[in-house]
Amino acid sequence: MKKILIVGGGMGGTILANNLARRLRRELDKGDVKITMLSASDQHMYQPGLLYVAFGKAMPDELYRDQASLLEPGIEFHVDPVESFHLDNNQVATVSGKTYDYDYIAIATGSQAKPDNIPGLLEHGHHVYTEEAALKTWEALSSFEGGNVAIVTGVPHKCPMVPLEITFMMHDYFKDRGILDQVSFKYTYPIGRLHSLVNVGKWAEKEFDRLGIEYETLFNPKEVDGDSRQVHSEEGSTLDYDLLIAIPPHKGMDTIESNELGTSGWIPTDRATLNVEGHDNAFVLGDTTNLPISKAGSTAHYEAEVLGENIAAQVKHGRRVRDYDGKVFCFIEAGKDRATFASFNYTTPPDPQPPTETVHWFKLAYNQLYWNSVRGLL
Amino acid sequence: MSETKIVDARGSFCPGPLMELIAAMKEVEVGDEVEVLSTDEGSANDVPEWLEKVGHEMVDNFQEEGVYHIRARKAK
Repeated sequence: MKKILIVGGGMGGTILANNLARRLRRELDKGDVKITMLSASDQHMYQPGLLYVAFGKAMPDELYRDQASLLEPGIEFHVDPVESFHLDNNQVATVSGKTYDYDYIAIATGSQAKPDNIPGLLEHGHHVYTEEAALKTWEALSSFEGGNVAIVTGVPHKCPMVPLEITFMMHDYFKDRGILDQVSFKYTYPIGRLHSLVNVGKWAEKEFDRLGIEYETLFNPKEVDGDSRQVHSEEGSTLDYDLLIAIPPHKGMDTIESNELGTSGWIPTDRATLNVEGHDNAFVLGDTTNLPISKAGSTAHYEAEVLGENIAAQVKHGRRVRDYDGKVFCFIEAGKDRATFASFNYTTPPDPQPPTETVHWFKLAYNQLYWNSVRGLL
Repeated sequence: MSETKIVDARGSFCPGPLMELIAAMKEVEVGDEVEVLSTDEGSANDVPEWLEKVGHEMVDNFQEEGVYHIRARKAK
């Protein structure tokens, strides 16, 4: 029997498990293959939905499903996170004290927001990367009566469109509340343009100029002084705020770092095969990789599809099918009722088109279609 | 003895070579070096600009077979 172990029950791990279960259905039913998933939670959250929670446009309970209900029949699922990885022995040990051995392992443990890595940010900033934080942001936005809104971005972070999206959405939110003329926006970004993607940055600059949103580039938040309501940057500048919105820096999960699989919890990964470097039967996907591409759900999705094909083919025929080409697709909300998107890979930059209402509605539709996507049906 | 960390940001449009460098600089000690590999033409300008603004030292900057190699030393 071939044993496939998937560590992590987020988007990447779940799509991979379901993809493999379909491709290996006959082998699963005959008992020739076993697929096991180990996760830290019995719940699955649609993380991009938290952005909408911050504006009162979604309630947190809409964003959860039972993880077991999302998995194909025959996938063995345990809420029992891995405590130690022994890749040289094809084995992991879990928090409950159990040991799992495998023929193939895929690690998809994800990342975590670390606002506490910037002094003062946890106490004085608002973000949308946990349910609790998104609800607090909603409270802050709904009670804000005007003043300086500062947007700061830590590095690295997941969902690379959030800095722009939350700014555009705040603009329209305060406009609808009738207080836009009492709000001053100051958007900052770590590098020398408004977004990593050159074309997206150019588009955003025109939109910001049109909407009267001020911006400062080469701004990496170093510390927040809550008493004076100021953010100091690594580059030596200072930003005043009455409301501080942050995209916090992220790290991989602690178990990756404590097992010395990768600095800051990012595992060194082959950009084409998605192998853990130095291990032919171990793979990484989603935020957990150290690849120089967006930490985004779509990245995990496309990587999971490649790995699903490759691991299934290896089980059946002893050889893999294709390389991952770096594909990423990101929606970009451009306000309350317009959106565009960026699609790119390792060799082809994106060329986002002007935002439309149609793309916005497709994004809202995707927020529901996600549950089919994660089942591997879309 | 300082170490050099290699950041292979070839083919990176998002987050891009400079963002990868900023993240890598957080992971190394003062005095250590980070070398960024980039296929993005903009890197030859925006990486040195950031290094100067934040106060890190640029050690080397050259192009070889279409790949920019920019090596920086963490100064603070």
